[in-house]
Amino acid sequence: MAFLEISGLRKSYGDHEVLRGIDLAVERHQVICLIGASGSGKSTLLRCINALETIDAGQIGLDGEVVSGAGVDVNLLRRDVGMVFQSYNLFPHMNVIDNVTLAPIRLGGLSREQATAKATALLERVGLADKAKAFPDRLSGGQQQRVAIVRTLAMEPRVLLLDEITAALDPELVAEVLGIVRQLAAEGMTMLLATHEMGFAREVADTVCFLHQGSLLEMGPPEQIFTEPAEERTRMFLKSIIAAGRL
Amino acid sequence: MTETAQAAPRATAQPVPTPGRGPALIGLAAATIATADTWAVTATVFEAAAGGWRWVLGGAALAGAAAVLLVYRPALDAWRSSGRCAASADPVERRALAARARESAWTASGLAFAVLCALALLVFVLANDAAVQRTFLQSELIATSALDIVRAFGTNLFIAVVAQALVLVWGLVLALARLAPGRVGRPIRALAIVYIDVIRAVPAIIVIYLIGFGLPIAEVPILSGLSQTWYAILALTIVYGAYVAEVFRSGIESVHPSQVSASRSLGFSHLATMRHVVVPQATKRVIPPLLNDFISLQKDTALVNVIGTIDAFNQAKIFSSNHFNLSSVTVVAALFILITIPQARLVDRLIARDKARGA
Repeated sequence: MAFLEISGLRKSYGDHEVLRGIDLAVERHQVICLIGASGSGKSTLLRCINALETIDAGQIGLDGEVVSGAGVDVNLLRRDVGMVFQSYNLFPHMNVIDNVTLAPIRLGGLSREQATAKATALLERVGLADKAKAFPDRLSGGQQQRVAIVRTLAMEPRVLLLDEITAALDPELVAEVLGIVRQLAAEGMTMLLATHEMGFAREVADTVCFLHQGSLLEMGPPEQIFTEPAEERTRMFLKSIIAAGRL
Repeated sequence: MTETAQAAPRATAQPVPTPGRGPALIGLAAATIATADTWAVTATVFEAAAGGWRWVLGGAALAGAAAVLLVYRPALDAWRSSGRCAASADPVERRALAARARESAWTASGLAFAVLCALALLVFVLANDAAVQRTFLQSELIATSALDIVRAFGTNLFIAVVAQALVLVWGLVLALARLAPGRVGRPIRALAIVYIDVIRAVPAIIVIYLIGFGLPIAEVPILSGLSQTWYAILALTIVYGAYVAEVFRSGIESVHPSQVSASRSLGFSHLATMRHVVVPQATKRVIPPLLNDFISLQKDTALVNVIGTIDAFNQAKIFSSNHFNLSSVTVVAALFILITIPQARLVDRLIARDKARGA
């Protein structure tokens, strides 16, 4: 059994079926990129894995344990499965260090000193140690997203879900965020990322999955998906991406 | 551009104003009317004002009459500007001067209008041989009653401050109950909605009446032994808790759902998310509407006179029925104005600050 195993996952909002039976297996230390048009279900899939959305059918397993369905302690699950969002979602009423240490202190059982030391070390790694006392509205988008990643990492998740984390950034700020993801990939973090950065997906992904209208239409190693996709839909999608100058 | 296009005058060409004294004359006329009226009323004040008010009101009227002369400043500026406009040959300068003359004339007219409104009020007070003044502003009764009323006003302030502290807690509890999530939370939500709807539908004075007279009769343990003041605090907390709950709810709902997602994804429960992430942000946003509700609460402390609490209003009513004169009640009104207006200005400043921050 794979480390993260999703089978037959279905999710509807009213009459609209967003995910139509997704099967996906992620091994430890794998980096999986989800690509596809807006509305294809990438974000919903990630939110389902994090239990931010309830699922209608199917099952999610993590490290041999079933983590979906009634009675699951989602708060415990979420400490294993970290998530970073497109719009950073830093807490605007707290400075950077408080953003990062809130969960480790309240949930992780760390003392303030321990949590601060840990947070400072993480902030140093992403080059933001000097911003510890700054409030989010004083940071650039790229800096905010780096803090958001650090905030998630501070809980030491076993899987990281990244939901289009560079989509809201100005182009010149994308690189600083992707650099961190690249570093995490190199260190062996298991990651699932929805992204529009095709070049990046090609570089870091072990597997690329193409979603179309709630179905996982095609998956494979990046070289195959990007150079000789089997599905007509995938070809059309990549064509439009190339036309937009994003590949 | 072609030659012909340049030669033909455009329909939208800027007009060069023909200089005229019209607006300036209107401004001067308005200033003159305001001044003349002021002096006439000042004379009446001296004749009509009775007792201790004669010199206070008379002096104020005299100062006002002197101040009214300031209306002539913009009026004269309008006159001068229109004169310079007529003398000028430069069309751009003429346009500017004509505009200035118009604006100054309107400024003078606006000031004169405000002065006339103030005069109308003064004339009302002096009407019927200053009967209005003697009814509401009798200096002797104000002097005798003021100290007792100020002392009794302490009860209003005590009720207000304690009730406000309790309302903060109670309102937040109700708001959180109203937002209790999921199927489990449904009965709690329903309860909160019923409470808020019912309490907001009942006039505050009736709640005060029912509690103030009802609880002692009902002989409920603990509750029936409270003093009048505490009944008033209880009643106002019950009433304003409902209003403040809605204020908190709007604040909580204004926090973007992505904040909840971020907090939940870190592993925080619903209540912990409320406590650490949502409520701190919501509270900051609702401070201005919250202060508005607090101001109404303070004013509603005057309602407690229906259950016999000796607050400022009740004290003033005792004076007024003993002296057949309402001037003591005017004192209460003045005290409320005194504490309310600074708070109203504070609310405005907070709103302006939030706007500036949002921009």
